[in-house]
Amino acid sequence: MTNRHKFAVILSAIVLLCCGAFISGNRVNAAGEGKITGAVKLDGTAPHMKGIDMSKDPYCVKAHASDPAHLETVVVGSGGGLENVVLYISEGLPAGASSEVPTSVPVFDQKNCVYTPHVLAMDVNQKFKVVTSDQTTHNIHPLPNPMTGNIPWNQSQPPGAAPVEKSWKTAEVIPVQCNIHPWMHGWFVVVKGPYATTDSNGSYTINNVPPGNYTVTAWQEDYGTQTQKVTVAAGGAGTANFTYKAK
Amino acid sequence: MRTRLRRWSLLLSATAVLVFPLASWAQLTPSDINTRIGTESHIGNITGHAKDAKSDYRRYCVVCHGELGDGNGESFPWVDPKPRDFQLGVFKCRSTPTGTLPTDEDLFDTIARGLDRSNMPQWSTFTKQQRADLVAWVKHFSPRWANEKPGTPIQIPAEPEVTAERIKAGRDVFARVQCWKCHGVLGQANGPSSSTLTDDLGRPIAAFNFTEGARPKCGDTDRDIYRIFMTGLDGTPMPSYADNIKPDEAWDLVFYLRTLMSQHSIEKEMAKKLDLKPVDPNAPAGQQ
Repeated sequence: MTNRHKFAVILSAIVLLCCGAFISGNRVNAAGEGKITGAVKLDGTAPHMKGIDMSKDPYCVKAHASDPAHLETVVVGSGGGLENVVLYISEGLPAGASSEVPTSVPVFDQKNCVYTPHVLAMDVNQKFKVVTSDQTTHNIHPLPNPMTGNIPWNQSQPPGAAPVEKSWKTAEVIPVQCNIHPWMHGWFVVVKGPYATTDSNGSYTINNVPPGNYTVTAWQEDYGTQTQKVTVAAGGAGTANFTYKAK
Repeated sequence: MRTRLRRWSLLLSATAVLVFPLASWAQLTPSDINTRIGTESHIGNITGHAKDAKSDYRRYCVVCHGELGDGNGESFPWVDPKPRDFQLGVFKCRSTPTGTLPTDEDLFDTIARGLDRSNMPQWSTFTKQQRADLVAWVKHFSPRWANEKPGTPIQIPAEPEVTAERIKAGRDVFARVQCWKCHGVLGQANGPSSSTLTDDLGRPIAAFNFTEGARPKCGDTDRDIYRIFMTGLDGTPMPSYADNIKPDEAWDLVFYLRTLMSQHSIEKEMAKKLDLKPVDPNAPAGQQ
């Protein structure tokens, strides 16, 4: 098949699934909900993460005096587990289930001049909070594509500043930066429906998944996305393990 | 079988493109934009109509801002700062909070004021009606106005009298929120973070230098300066300080910023008498 035809097939799959999602828009009974679990691993040698020169701000240098800062593009834990991978259901979710917005408020902290966590996943319209633990001024500057409906904003957070509470309108992977500390790069990964982020072992659990057949997508900032088909029985657990090849 | 599959998939993908237009950085087409040709603007009792601005735009604006309003006109390669991309609906000079659309008056004022240190001149030769029509025309390029309302303008309390105490208090605000990180302790745009600043599209951008006699981009009255740091300049590294500077403190900061500017002012004279020293970047936060 030529690339053009592959593209066409993929697009038609999207159409069918979108139509399916509209037609089968029944609300799902919460009692039968299951979950999707698994682990994300890196196959090969973990790439070297460069150290960060924070000499622009003596406060940041001091904060890392005993624990040098380094980039967090690829964070590999014990047994090759990949941290900061976001997993979400990209296809198969009934319309009713994906419109329920979690009430929990994920927190994005500016601590020792790095973002903690480096990747913050959230649902469309879910509230999230940006806080600062630092005694130096940051500006929190997410850069969504304004054409998607998510609008860029830019707010200062001097020492002791109150949290900034916001939400996003559309699913999008949004880079976040601080212009004052140019090494500070993070991500808001906004998805529609249930999601999870891998821990330091690369493990994850997506909760509140109604029974059904799904496509699960894994997103890693450097290695991109992978997908897998998963079936979740009523009250049961589906499994999807992912492996990324080291570059 | 194979051919039939192909035919079906092509048909379905065509439907996909028509029914689910996927949002992307991809440009809007002239016909997308033309659906909004009925866009209006309201400035006091003047109503601007996008369709009436077509010839003025083609004559005066298109060379930089481009046929599609994407800032990709013929002069694009030669001007810096780059012309604004109207399709994105993101504007520096607003009276509204960061992340919101500007009001019609904001755009109306920007056209007349021009943008200092850029290729955008002061279009003071236009009549008010022409400017109002151009505001409607600028808005019709972006789908944002169809889905969103402009933000609510920030409240600016009446300007208090300048006093030595206020100037000193303004210096404390300058130290506390660390304006100097980019603008430098003397306002010379040489703070530690000044050399790496980029705009939202990743292009290098300079912090405002208070000392070389230039006018701030979004106006040079005291109220303009107040508005600049309380709304932020969207699309640039300049954030909004609305959550972290109280309205009264904001006036103090305006007075202190005047002391850094090269232009003569009461504030500058007062600071000289006070023998005010620049903030100390090496002192711990809050004690500069």
